[in-house]
Amino acid sequence: MNIIVCLKQVPGTTAVKIDPQTNTLVRQGIESIINPFDTYAVEEAVRIKEKHGGKVTVITMGPPQAETALREAISRGADEAVLLTDRAFGGADTWATARTLAQAILKLTPYDLIICGRQTIDGDTGQVGPEMAEMLGVPFIAYVSQIEEISNNKIRVRRMIEEGHEVIEADLPAAITVSKEINLPRLPSLRGISRSRSAKIPAWGAAELGIDPATVGLSGSSTQVIKIFFPQRVSQAEMLTGSPESQAEKLVEKLKGASLI
Amino acid sequence: MDYFLTEQQKTIKGLARRIAEERILPIRTELDEKEEFPWNIMKDLADADMFRVFVPEAYEGLGGGCLELCLVTEELSRICSGVAVSYAASALGVMTVMEYGTEEQKKKFLPDIASGKKLGAFAITEPMAGSDAGNIKTTAEKVAGGYLLNGTKQFITNGGEAEIYTIIALTDKNKGARGASAIIVEKGTPGFTFGKKEKKMGIRSSATRELVFKNCLVPEGNLLGKPGLGFVQAMRLFDRSRPGIGAQAVGLAQGALEAAVDYAQERVQFDQPIITQPVVQQMLADMAIQTEAARALVYAAARYVDSGAKDVTEPSAMAKVFASDAAMKVTVDAVQICGGAGYMRDYPVEKMMRDAKILQIYEGTNQILRNAIAVNLRKRKGRTA
Repeated sequence: MNIIVCLKQVPGTTAVKIDPQTNTLVRQGIESIINPFDTYAVEEAVRIKEKHGGKVTVITMGPPQAETALREAISRGADEAVLLTDRAFGGADTWATARTLAQAILKLTPYDLIICGRQTIDGDTGQVGPEMAEMLGVPFIAYVSQIEEISNNKIRVRRMIEEGHEVIEADLPAAITVSKEINLPRLPSLRGISRSRSAKIPAWGAAELGIDPATVGLSGSSTQVIKIFFPQRVSQAEMLTGSPESQAEKLVEKLKGASLI
Repeated sequence: MDYFLTEQQKTIKGLARRIAEERILPIRTELDEKEEFPWNIMKDLADADMFRVFVPEAYEGLGGGCLELCLVTEELSRICSGVAVSYAASALGVMTVMEYGTEEQKKKFLPDIASGKKLGAFAITEPMAGSDAGNIKTTAEKVAGGYLLNGTKQFITNGGEAEIYTIIALTDKNKGARGASAIIVEKGTPGFTFGKKEKKMGIRSSATRELVFKNCLVPEGNLLGKPGLGFVQAMRLFDRSRPGIGAQAVGLAQGALEAAVDYAQERVQFDQPIITQPVVQQMLADMAIQTEAARALVYAAARYVDSGAKDVTEPSAMAKVFASDAAMKVTVDAVQICGGAGYMRDYPVEKMMRDAKILQIYEGTNQILRNAIAVNLRKRKGRTA
């Protein structure tokens, strides 16, 4: 099994600030982590490898420092990593990101399975996985909570849906996104850390991917963020006064007036 | 303080801390309440290669020594001393194999310890042989096909959970301690059973149990080193393992200090956080001094052991005694600073105080160890080192 895991480095906190000039997240001075959902993807890939053999390659698109996320994935059991980095990739929306990842995966062909986290905790769109699968023309299954079987060039998984779960089978190669129910990711190991330190991680830019810079990054994005803002906190609490009985009466009146009862 | 650890040592310490905070912290109260052996945590430690730290590279370890073992033990103990001792006891169980074992014995037993697939344990204590360790009664009679073990070992850490036991037993009962030998016994050997599991004051997630031998036949190839040297081997083992108990004490003291500082900053009385009270500040400063001094002595002793020095009895005993006394004092004071809340089981410091007491007792009571230090002082006739 050749497994490719796509991951993203994200801020390790939800207390992020927004730069009012550029409408982007302020990342300086904030610790970066692997997107938590992606750690489940790495873990599942490593478990599949341990069971079926093969290798796990992790890829990420990001600034040069995103390499640390790849090294962490190696310390948790991944075998190889590729960093997709180029100024031309900057400012990408989900479509441009998916295009870049898909192009890299084509370069890593042949592969059997692509695993991503269900969504990132910074962008929260959950779109990159399915878009990428579509571009690659492989079957795609989202919100996988359990891999039931991999055999005869097929994968059978359990995916979470609102009412319960579905069991779906797909031909390989396929792409899946996983939810946190799928496993408990292991921590790095000492031998893994030592391997990750000496691992050679190639950096591929637009040239290496053979991709027109105009089709990726900000210029290749079909959507653009015009504004990011914190919603204004408005509180419209009305305090009722008087004896408990009169408060209850007033409350009933108000609720009736609003046609709520 | 910077102890000039190597990159690898820093990595080991950092990863041990991460495991402790991410995996042990969420369940430490439960482990203590239920007195349940932390198998899940042992698995996490194994997956992270923590059991490889103290095993030579030739046997699938990472080739670390006493200091590396101390660093892991300290970090685990900062969160839970019961987990820390379960981990460290596995090392204690095979240190005699590492030192006196034949190539064949090392190849047979060490890789499974290194991978964490099996845990180790060491057994010398008996109902009539605690501080008077030479008074053991368990016998290992030479018979056709090996040694026949009879007797009972008491208060054995990892008893029942470990697979590989190093036992000190008399191969020549007429010679007393000079007739003692170290023998490996594997769990599952016919005639080897486990007695009662002890209910303890502290370190309650660790397993402490009796080992019972009734006509238990152990292959001759399980004898470690030469017969008759078991007592000496055990004393040498403790000389090299005691810094580990010191490290357990340092971690525990550190955890208690941090909990006390956090509480003192949050707890408001007389309209001020209590950390603004000079009396509390004095107590916290003393706790910090004791903890750091203990750490410095433990690391120094561990490094001395790793240097291959022969005369490690004294520094190692000093590290164990000083650090465990410090841990006792620091945890008692941590409870005092946390006041009524500190006495409650909802807060971690009462557990830490209970966990600390054993450190002054096991692997040589602090009184016995002070005796050992004094013996050396008398030999020197007043001259200093």
